[in-house]
Amino acid sequence: MSDEKMIPLWEVFIRPRNGLNHKHVGSLHAADGELALQAARDVYTRREEGNSIWVVRAEDILASDPDKSAENFDPAADKIYRHPSFYDIPDEVGHM
Amino acid sequence: MYSQGLIGANTETQETPEFLAAFQARIDAEEKIEPNDPMPAAYRKTLIRMISQHAHSEIVGMLPEGNWITRAPTLRRKVALLAKVQDEGGHGLYLYSAAETLGVSREQLTQELLTGKAKYSSIFNYPTPTWADIGAIGWLVDGAAIMNQVPLCRCSYGPYARAMIRVCKEESFHQRQGYELMTSLAEGTEEQKAMAQDALNRWWWPSLMMFGPSDSDSQHSDQSMAWKIKRFTNDELRQKFVDATVPQAELIGLSMPDEKLTWNESKNNGQGGYDFGEIDWDEFWQVVKGHGMMNKDRINAKRKAWDDGAWVRQAALAHAEKQNQRKAAA
Amino acid sequence: MTEHKDHLKVALLQVADDHLILGHRLSEWCGHAPMLEEDLSMPNMALDLIGQARHLYTYAAELEGLQRSEDDLAYLRTDREYTNCLLVERGNIDFAHTMLKQLYFAAYMKPFWQFVEGCSDNTLSAIAGKAVKEISYHIRHAGEWVIRLGDGTDESAERMHLAVETLHPYTEELFWIDEHRKICIDAGLLPAADVVRPQWDATISAVFEQAKLAIPEVTYPLLGGREGKHTEAFGYLLAELQYMQRAYPGAQW
Repeated sequence: MSDEKMIPLWEVFIRPRNGLNHKHVGSLHAADGELALQAARDVYTRREEGNSIWVVRAEDILASDPDKSAENFDPAADKIYRHPSFYDIPDEVGHM
Repeated sequence: MYSQGLIGANTETQETPEFLAAFQARIDAEEKIEPNDPMPAAYRKTLIRMISQHAHSEIVGMLPEGNWITRAPTLRRKVALLAKVQDEGGHGLYLYSAAETLGVSREQLTQELLTGKAKYSSIFNYPTPTWADIGAIGWLVDGAAIMNQVPLCRCSYGPYARAMIRVCKEESFHQRQGYELMTSLAEGTEEQKAMAQDALNRWWWPSLMMFGPSDSDSQHSDQSMAWKIKRFTNDELRQKFVDATVPQAELIGLSMPDEKLTWNESKNNGQGGYDFGEIDWDEFWQVVKGHGMMNKDRINAKRKAWDDGAWVRQAALAHAEKQNQRKAAA
Repeated sequence: MTEHKDHLKVALLQVADDHLILGHRLSEWCGHAPMLEEDLSMPNMALDLIGQARHLYTYAAELEGLQRSEDDLAYLRTDREYTNCLLVERGNIDFAHTMLKQLYFAAYMKPFWQFVEGCSDNTLSAIAGKAVKEISYHIRHAGEWVIRLGDGTDESAERMHLAVETLHPYTEELFWIDEHRKICIDAGLLPAADVVRPQWDATISAVFEQAKLAIPEVTYPLLGGREGKHTEAFGYLLAELQYMQRAYPGAQW
C-alpha cells in the first residue's frame, strides 16, 4: 500500500463574494480538476465561505525565492514619489 | 497553505550561531515564519511532529463519536453530530495541508498513522459505550482542545496559525453542542442523569491528561515556547481548563470525580483557582504506549478504510491518466 | 387542499423515509471513506438527505394533525410502517455500490423536486426549492465517481458492473405509484411517472455512457418497500436507528 501512486495536491482559492479577490484558503488532494473542485466545495465552503472556487495544481505554482526577497522587494521602499503624500498642495484645495 | 512544491532546494540551513540568533530575533519580533523561509531543522521537525500529531488526532477522533451517528436519539442530535464529526475530518485535512508545507506528504503522514508509528491524542483510545459520551466529548474533550488551540492561532509558523484560526472558528459550536447535550441529560430522568454523571466520571481525568505531561516532565516544552510554537505551558492550560469547567458542571448538577477538588483563593496570582487531585500518569503513559482499550481498534479501523479504499484512489488516478491521454491524442 | 391531506401525508412519508434511510446508510461511511476528502463529501450529502427528511416528516405530521413530531415519525414506527423503497436500504457494500445508489436516487429526485417546486402547496414548494439545489449536486458528485470507477481500472470497472447488476432491479420501485400518490398526482402536487422517468433515463444514460456501463434489462423488478415489505438488513438498520428511543421510552434528548 505504500508504493501506491500519490494523488496530486491542489491549492484552493475562494472568493467570499462578488467584488472581492479569490483568496488562498488551503489545499487538498484530488485525482483531477473536477474532483478537486468538488472536494474544495465540500471542504472549504461548508459555512457559506464563498461563491466561487479556483483550484490550481500545487506543482504549477511558481514562487519567488526568499533568498532574493531583498532584491525583489526592498528597492520599492524609497520610491516615496509613488505615494500621494509626497506632493504638497495648498490646504485650501481640500481633498484631492 | 503552500504546497511542498514551493519549498525550494535551499531549505537546508547552515545552522551557525548567527543564523540561529537571527531566526530567534525574527520570532521575538513576532514575525511569522512562512514555508519557504529558512528555518532551523529542529524548528521544522518540531512543527511536523506537532501538526501531524494534531492532524492524526482529528482523524482518529472521528471514530469514537462516529460510533454514535447511526444511533443518535433524535434527528436534531443526529445532524449536529454528523456535522461535528465531519468538521473533525475537515480539521484533519487543514492540518495535513499545513504539515505538507514543511516537506512531508499526506501519504507519508498517513503511513505513519497506519503503521502505528505516529502519535495522536490518547483521549481517543477511550471507548464511547453510551450516548452521554458524545456529550462528554463535546464538552470536555473539545473544551480542552479549545484551550490548547486558541493560543496556537498565534503560533509563529504561518500555515499552522492560519489553519488553527479556521479550526477554532469552526470548533466553537462543538463544545456548546456537547454541553447542551449534557444539560438535557442532567435535566432528564434519573437514568439519563446517571448516564451523564457516569460519562463525566470516565472522561474527566483523561481530559486533564490531554494537556500532556506536567511541565517538569515535558521534554518539548521549553524550546517550543522559545520558538513561539506554543504560548502556554501544559500545566497553565490544564489549570485554565479546570477553572473554566468545574463551575459548568456545578451549574447542571454534575460533580467532578475528584475528592481533592477545592477552591484555592491564592491560586492564579490571587485571582483564585481550583486545586485538584493527582493525575494517574501511569494510566496516561500506558495508553500512549498503545495499551488503552481502543488503541488497536482505532488503528485497525483506519487501516481497513485505507486498504478498502485503495482501488477507489487507483481508479480515480487511472481515469485522470486516461483523460489526459485522450486530450493529448485529440 | 384538505381533501388530499391524508393521501399527501402517506405519499410524503414514503419520500421522507427514502431520505432518512439513504442518509442513514451514507452516514455509516463517516470516518471510513476511501480518502479524507470523501469523508467530508459523503456527510455533506447525508446531511442534505436527513435535512430533507426532517422537513418532510414535520410537514407529514402537520398534515396528519395528531401532534406527532418529526422524531415520532422517524423513530417510533414499526418496520412495516416504513415505506421507503428498497433501493435506499441496501447496504453500502463498497464505494461503487454506494455512489451508484446515490446517483439512482438523486437522478429520480431532481425532476421530482423540480415539479414539486412549481406546485400549488406553498410548504411543499419551499421544501422542493431547497432540495432541488442539493440533489443537483448529488447527481454531479455521485455521477463523476460512477464515471471514474466505471472507466478507471479493471478492478473498479468490475466492481461498478457488479453494482449495476445488483442495484438496477431496485430502481423500478422509484417510479411506484399507489392510490395515495395517484391522488396527489391528479391534484398536481406530485409528478407523474412520465414527468420524472425521461429525465431519470437521460441522466443515467449520460453517466453510464461516460462510465462505459450498459443499462441492464430488468426482467423482474424488486419491489416491496413502499408496502412496508423490507429486506432482511432493514431490521438491523432500525435496531440501530431506534435504539435510544426504544431503550428509554419518552425521554427527552
